[in-house]
Parts: sequence; structure tokens; C-alpha cells
Amino acid sequence: MTAAGPLLQVRNIVVKRGGITVLDIPDFRIERGEVLSLLGPNGSGKSTLLLTLSSLLKLHQGKLIFKGREIDSRRSELEYRRQIAVVFQDPLLLDATVLDNVASGLKIRGMEKTDRLRIAAEYLERLGIAHLAKRSASKLSGGEAKRTSIARAFATRPTILFLDEPFSALDPPTREALISDLTRILRETDTTAAIATHDQMEALRLSDRMAVIQQGKIAQAGSAEEVMNHPVNEFVASFVGMETVLTGRVLENHNQNRMMIAVGDREIEAVGNFPSGEQVLCCIRPENVTLSTDSPEEHSSARNNFSGRIVRISPHGLFYRVDLDCGFELISYITRISLDSLALREGRKVKASFKATAVHVIRKST
Amino acid sequence: MELILEGILKAIALLVSLDPEVLGITSLSLKISGTATLISLFLGVSTGTVVALTRFPGRKLVVSLINTGMGLPPVVVGLFVTIFLWRNGPLGFLQILYTPGAIILAQAIIATPIISGISLAAMQNLPANLRLQILALGATRLQMTWLLIREARLPLLAAVMAGFGGIISEVGASIMVGGNIKGYSRVLTTATVMETGRGNFDVAIALSAILLLLAFLINYLLTRIQQRERPR
Repeated sequence: MTAAGPLLQVRNIVVKRGGITVLDIPDFRIERGEVLSLLGPNGSGKSTLLLTLSSLLKLHQGKLIFKGREIDSRRSELEYRRQIAVVFQDPLLLDATVLDNVASGLKIRGMEKTDRLRIAAEYLERLGIAHLAKRSASKLSGGEAKRTSIARAFATRPTILFLDEPFSALDPPTREALISDLTRILRETDTTAAIATHDQMEALRLSDRMAVIQQGKIAQAGSAEEVMNHPVNEFVASFVGMETVLTGRVLENHNQNRMMIAVGDREIEAVGNFPSGEQVLCCIRPENVTLSTDSPEEHSSARNNFSGRIVRISPHGLFYRVDLDCGFELISYITRISLDSLALREGRKVKASFKATAVHVIRKST
Repeated sequence: MELILEGILKAIALLVSLDPEVLGITSLSLKISGTATLISLFLGVSTGTVVALTRFPGRKLVVSLINTGMGLPPVVVGLFVTIFLWRNGPLGFLQILYTPGAIILAQAIIATPIISGISLAAMQNLPANLRLQILALGATRLQMTWLLIREARLPLLAAVMAGFGGIISEVGASIMVGGNIKGYSRVLTTATVMETGRGNFDVAIALSAILLLLAFLINYLLTRIQQRERPR
């Protein structure tokens, strides 16, 4: 009976803090074996959702159902908590050695000393911190403390692992190394996981599915590909990196799945089926906008070609962000090599192209 | 000047020769204050932990009362304990006035709020999410409470020492409820008061030196504890 259906399900949950509703989720599920990201800005409620899913927060309303059974008593809460693990944003280690910290969840479960130390040692090894076993937890660096807290969570072999901003406050190399180790261990151990993060790239690298949280509500949940490329509203679009969001009006829906959209005095061709006259938002990912200095329409197969002037060029991680004025604001990411070979500079005129399929159209909410 | 110098020399002689009376008083002081500290440790840590971990109406008032209690004047405690233990007082039937038991009772009353107050602060100073983390590790409420007390063990030790330091050097209550009876209820402080009154400065200085040494040891350990770091 318990094999079918979602591993964890919440129904109609409401969480209030100081009389204010901070979480309101009608239905949400975590499926067996998936890695799910809870994506949202600071204060959106993703940490609250994580605490709720791990039964650490009092519900004002609603149900938490694990393997088909409702968690509705202290006893069932304890049983549930012994099948999950939570990694908080701060490592929250106990004042003991690294090995004893990693074994602490097993000790709480009453496991014998030799067994728990053997398992703890195994996970220290997996997280590459075996050499720290005898060190006091008070003498660890930020990265080491984080690894210890992750090893402690894995050591209990949880059915679901919850991680709250696991890579925050780490320097980039430490962060990179931890992301790749965590991805590997999740895969090796086939652990179901839910990760709260505000970083879409982290979410994209780690998870199969994403849920975008906006003001305590789930704005969109779906596969990573679906959320990244087909956001349901402007909030999700801008949060998942659709840098250009333009307001427009559908002019004509001329054949089956193509339409022209008026954006200011320009027209953008897009894929979709909205009625003429409909107010819409056109969302375009910056990496889908290509720039050239050739004359228009020369090499591009793209349906949308616009001349524009470079307003600003700014470094953006491995790319450069180019802000263009094409009669509307358009943002493109290009590599350093392209920037140099095209000799781009602020004020210069360029041609910007993007395919009709690169335009994601959303109905504008009134 | 000569008086002081002579007093110090005689005091050293008393300490070095392990004078039986000085040793007896010291040993009785340690026994009485040690027992009172143990009682306060149990009551104080329990109260501090319960108040730190629970939310109830009037909690702020309780915290204020504990904090006020940390500065309870020993003579006031002495007065009330005397009244309660007086022959026809509410606890007169115990017949323990002017016994070491009465001093233990008074000192436990003085030390309990000190240990409660410091325990409360120690538990509240633990990271806010540590409690949730321990629960998330699968702990029962009892396991969580025990682990939190363990995490706060060093500040709790500081609480114990502050309590012990407060009562070993206290004189008002001890003299009022113990009566300073030679070989029975005479402790370091009451003996110092008496010997000073009699002009026996050598004995008074020797006793004071022992008190100072105890105070130093306590403060040295407290400083060591306070400078230790907690894990992230």
C-alpha cells in the first residue's frame, strides 16, 4: 500500500508567524528518488517550507503525509524525524569531535558505539574529511564544518534529506567542490532530497525538479527544464534568469503556432497561440540573444533581428552582460572572446537576433 | 605596619604547620558550601533549563525574579531562614537552627538564583536553531534537553563556580543561622569576623588567605571557560 503515491505530501498547509500567514500551500509532493529544489528569494518562505516538510514547525492548518500515513502525533513525528535528516544553513555542530558529531544521529537512535563509529567514519571518507575525525568541531573552517554537518545527515541514511542553503557563505572553490561532492553522494546513495536555495544555477545543477516560492506560495513547480524555459509569471521569469521581460500586445495570430507581438513600435515574432489583442509578457533569456556587427539579415536564420545601441557592458561571472536599446530594452550575455572580436563598446550600434522559439510568452496578469 | 607584617608571618606559620583548627574550619566550609552548591546545581539548572526552553504566561516576570534573586542580600536570607527555623516558626519542628544544616539551607537559597540565572542565560545563548537541529537528528524531548545541557556544560560549570564563590565568601546568613559554634558551625568567614573582633589578626589573615586562594582558583577557571569557543 505504501509503495505507490508520493513519498511525502502536504495538503492545505498554513503556517502563521505573529498572526501573519507565512506559508500557504494547498498541495505539494516529493516523489521517491527525486532531487527537488525550493527556489526563491530571501524571505520567500523556502526555509519555512523546509522546516514544515521536516515536521519541525507547528502547522496552523493542514496535513503532512509520509508514505501514505499522516504525521499527526508526537510519536509519528519522532518516527518520521528518524527517517529524515536536515542540514541547516549554519552547520550547528555539537561541542564534540568531528567523528562524534557525524555519529550523533545514530547515537540518538540507540545504535551501538562500534557500529555508529564505523558508519560515521565511512561518511567522513565520502565527504573527504576523514583526516578531521579526531578534531574538535570548534576548530573547523566554514567549509569543513559544512561537510561535517552534511556527513552527519547522510550517516543516518535518511529516506529524505532536507538541505537549507547548503552552499551559502562558502568561498567559490569550496562551494564548487561541495556541490560536485553532494551531487555525487546523492546519486550514489539514491537519496531523495529537497534543497532550499536562492541560486538558480545551484538549483539547475542539483535538481530534477524545481519549485519556485513566492511570498509563501508555490508560484510554479515542474521539471528544471520546464521552469527555466516556461515560467508561468513575471516573478518566476525574472527569478530563473529571463533577464528581458517586455510588455506587449498580440497583433495577429497568423498561422497555427506563430504570432506577432507589438512591443512599443517594434514587432516581435514568437511561438504560441494567444488571441489577437491579448496583453502579454515576452521573456527572453540573455544567452539566446546573439549580437553581430554585420548588416541585418545577412547571416541570421533568426526571425527577430533588431538594430540597437549598446547602453552598457558589465562583467557577469564568466560572461559579459550587454544592455541594448533596440527601441525596447534587450539584454544579451556574450563571452570575452566575442566581446573582443566584435570590438563592442558602449554607444556602438549592433544587430541583435533571437529566434521566435526563444521568446517565452506569458499572459499578462491584470 | 608591624602589626600587619607580624600577622602575615604568623599566618604563614599557621598554614605551613597545617594548624588543625584552621584546617578544620576550612574543611567544614568546603563541606557546607559544597553541599549547598550541589543542591542549588540541581534546582538552578532545572529551573534555568525549563525557563529557557519553554514559553508560558508570566515568563518575563519569572526571569526578572530570577535575575533579582541573583543579588539576594545574604543577611535578608539569613533573617528569613532564622524566622522559619525558629522554635515556633513554620519549620521550627526540624530543629536545625544553629546547625550546619541551617547554613546549607540558607546558602542553597542564596546560590540557587545565581545558578538559575546563569544557566538560563547559557541555554539562551546556544544557537537558536540548535534545538531544531537536535530534534531533526531524531531526538526525543528528553534527549534534546540533555544534549542542550551538555552543549551548555561549560557556562553551566561557570554557573556552579559563581554559585560556590558567592556562598563560600558569604558571612551574614552563616553567622545568623549557624551561630558560629566552634568545631560545629564555624566556617571561614564567620571565623574571620570573630578572630578580627578578638584582635587575633594572624588567624584572621590565614583564614582570609585561604578564602582569597579559593576566589582566585574559581576566577581563574571561569576565565579559562569563558575564553573557549563553541563550534559554528
